[in-house]
Amino acid sequence: MAGDIVQITLLSLLVSGTSTLVSTLIAVPVGTYLGLREHGGLRLLRNILFTLYGLPPVLAGLLVLLVLSRGGPLGPLGLLYTPLGMIVAQVVIVTPIILGVTMSVVAATERRIKETAFVLGADRQQLSTTVLRESAAGVLTAVMVGFGRAISEVGAVFIVGGHLEGHTQVLTTTIITDVEQANYPHAVALGVVLLVIAGAVYFLLYRLQERTLP
Amino acid sequence: MTMALDLAGVRKRYGDRDVLQGIGLNVEPGEVFAIVGPSGAGKTTILRCVDFLARPEAGSIRYDGRTASRDLRELLALRRRIGMIDQNPLLFRGSVFYNVTYGLCARGVEGPDLRVRGFRALEAVGLLGLVDARASGLSAGEAQRVAFSRAIVSRPDLLLLDEFTANLDPANVNALEAAVRGYNRETGATVVLVTHNLFQAKRLARRVALLMDGEIVETAPTEKFFESPRDPRTKAFVRGEFAY
Repeated sequence: MAGDIVQITLLSLLVSGTSTLVSTLIAVPVGTYLGLREHGGLRLLRNILFTLYGLPPVLAGLLVLLVLSRGGPLGPLGLLYTPLGMIVAQVVIVTPIILGVTMSVVAATERRIKETAFVLGADRQQLSTTVLRESAAGVLTAVMVGFGRAISEVGAVFIVGGHLEGHTQVLTTTIITDVEQANYPHAVALGVVLLVIAGAVYFLLYRLQERTLP
Repeated sequence: MTMALDLAGVRKRYGDRDVLQGIGLNVEPGEVFAIVGPSGAGKTTILRCVDFLARPEAGSIRYDGRTASRDLRELLALRRRIGMIDQNPLLFRGSVFYNVTYGLCARGVEGPDLRVRGFRALEAVGLLGLVDARASGLSAGEAQRVAFSRAIVSRPDLLLLDEFTANLDPANVNALEAAVRGYNRETGATVVLVTHNLFQAKRLARRVALLMDGEIVETAPTEKFFESPRDPRTKAFVRGEFAY
C-alpha cells in the first residue's frame, strides 16, 4: 500500500507541478503584456478569459481527449493515456486562471509605478519587468491558485489519463476509484497526503509572498 | 549637459476642463525657471506634458529647438535626458541603492561604475549611510531626498521639480534646495521648478512665471517679478492677496 501511495503521490506532484510551471511560463508574460495595455479589445479578451476560468474540467478533458485521440490533430503523438497528456489537459485548465489573475493584478498596479519607471528612463520591456516585480505578491497568488486547481482537479486527468494502474494514477482519481470500491482506508490515506501536499505548497508560496512584500 | 525648452500654444483638456489654454514658455539652457500659481492652475500638467506623461491636444514642445521624434528609440533617448521629481515620490520595493540606481540600470550601467555613481548621488543629498536601508522604512524627507538622487544619478539635462519640497521640514527643504543649486551649478542642467511656495521660487529661480487658470499671466526675472510685476494679478499673488 505504501509503495503505491508514494508512486501515486509522485505522479500527482509531477503532473500538477509541471502543468503549473508550464502555465506560469505562458500566462505570466502574456498576462503582464495584456495588463499593461489599455485598449477596447481588452474587455472582450477579459470576458473570454473569465469564461475560461469557469471551464468545467470534464469539458476541458473531453476537448483534450478529442485533440489527442487517434483521429485527432495530435493523435500521432500518442499522448493519450500518458502523464504528458494529463499535463496538457491541466495546462488548458490552469493557464487561463493564472493569466486572468496576473492580468488583473498588473492592470491594478498603481499607475504611479508605471509612471515612475517611465520617468526614470525605462523602456517598454524594463517597464513590464518593473511592474511585474512590484506585483510579485499578486502574481504568486495567481500561481498558488493555479496549482490549487491543478492538484485538486479530477475530471480532465481521469478522461485524458484513463487512470491506468501504475501508469496514470494520481491522488484525486485514485480517491474516486477507492470510494467506488469502498476502499475507504486507502482513500483517506490519499486524502491526507493530498491535504499535506496542498498545505506544504501553500505554506512555501505564502513565505515567498511574505518576502516579496515591503 | 543642458537643454533649451520651448512651449508654444500648448493646450490640454481633462474631461470638460481646459487645464492648459495655449501655454507659451521659453526656458533657456542652464536656467532655473520657476512656475508659480495657485493649486489647480495647471502647473503639474505642464511638467507632465514636457515629460511625455500627458499628450497635449494642441501646440508644440521643443527640446533644444526640436520637437520630439516619433521614432521610439529617439524618443527614449530624449526621455532619458529628462529627470522629474514629484511631491510624493513613489519608491520601488527594495533597498535605497536599488531605487537610486534604477535609472542607471535601465541605461545599461553596471559594475563598479554603477556603485560609484549611486554612492555619489546619495552623497549629494547626505544619505550615503542609508545605502542598504529598505526604501519602505524611510521618512518622508529621506524618501524625497532618495527620489532626488534617483533623478540626478543619470545626469539629466533637464530637471523637472513638481512641488518637490511640499510638506517637508525646513532642514529637508534646505538640503534639497542646496542639492538643486549644486546640481545646476555643477552640470549646467536646466531646471524647471513648479511650486506654490513663492519663497522657494525667489530663492532658487532666475526667472519666474505666474500660471493661473491654465494661462501664463506674466514671466519676468525673479527680482522684477516680485518687486515690480506688471500684471495686477501677479501683484495680488505675490502680496498674498489671492484667496484660493
